[in-house]
Amino acid sequence: MSTHYDTIREILSRQFGDRILAWEFPYGMLSFTIQPEFNLKALTLLYDDPDLGFQFLTDITGVHYPEREGQELAVVYHLHNLAKNVRIRMKIYVPVAKPDVYTATGLFSGANWMERETYDFFGINFIGHPDLRRVLNVDEMDYFPLRKEFPLEDQTRIDKDDEMFGR
Amino acid sequence: MSAETLQAFVVFYNKSKYMARPVRFNLIEKDTSDRGINQVMMPEGHIGEGFFATSLDKVVGLARKNSMWPLPFATSCCGIEFMATMGSHYDLSRFGSERVGFSPRQCDLLMVMGTIAKKMAPVLRQVYLQMAEPRWVMAVGACASSGGIFDTYSVLQGIDQVIPVDVYVPGCPPRPEAIIDGVLKIQDLVQDESLRRRNGDQYKALLEGYGIQ
Repeated sequence: MSTHYDTIREILSRQFGDRILAWEFPYGMLSFTIQPEFNLKALTLLYDDPDLGFQFLTDITGVHYPEREGQELAVVYHLHNLAKNVRIRMKIYVPVAKPDVYTATGLFSGANWMERETYDFFGINFIGHPDLRRVLNVDEMDYFPLRKEFPLEDQTRIDKDDEMFGR
Repeated sequence: MSAETLQAFVVFYNKSKYMARPVRFNLIEKDTSDRGINQVMMPEGHIGEGFFATSLDKVVGLARKNSMWPLPFATSCCGIEFMATMGSHYDLSRFGSERVGFSPRQCDLLMVMGTIAKKMAPVLRQVYLQMAEPRWVMAVGACASSGGIFDTYSVLQGIDQVIPVDVYVPGCPPRPEAIIDGVLKIQDLVQDESLRRRNGDQYKALLEGYGIQ
């Protein structure tokens, strides 16, 4: 782990203490998990602090872990410090029954469509988003297709013989 | 070069005419006795000195069949095969369909080539509705016919869920020969279609089934 990562870790730990639930270093990329209600505070610190400077939001996405009771849905933020070419990953976990997350659109305009996409596929409810509706799927869709309880195959088909498809 | 070799070469040279290469097609003459040249056949009717009389629907069928205007709706790789079909090697214009229109109001044949996402379905339907009667639809390739390998939440499982289809061309993607075969099947339908079909109850019920007035 480079000294720069040590600095990042130190600044974040000083600010948030045990609200940061876990540190990871998978495949050489610093990642941390924080309590969901502190996501915006953490993003703001990562943006504003002169020693951090994570001012580019690469991606927001979701992951569904059905086996994690009470924290089924993960929201993952990928951030990039363009000046120093350093990347960091921030994760928060929310329950599938109440997937409320504060929006990052106030900080990053680019978060608008990313959060719409995450809502579209995982049903994360981004509180404060200016226009939270589906962006990729048809508007009539009444479920969130990347949640694990929904099979990948199109459920409207009636012409498929299960035996022919090895089921 | 020995005398025998030279002799053999001269025999070969004379037999194969001038600079012809020694491939099968040049050495063995093709037997074409059993297949005549395909051309547009005259419909049934009465021939006399300077006139030919037949029924109107046969004339209309003949004219429609041999001057189809296709509207290509190409969204993916099947569209590339269609480009080859329109190109000089396969050349769909040999069948009277060289005038590819990109305006639905002028075209007779909607050729849907490629995966149609569910979000694209209303667009496809609108294009179909903008076409004037009589209109025909061809689903080219596995995706347009059935969704193909994309059995998933975002892809329409065959365009016949939103518009009626006349001919399905299988393949992933189909070769240009298959697309031409599909066009010939459409031509057969066009030629033999009754002039009253589009006003008939059955056709109205078909469109009604798709929610089209």
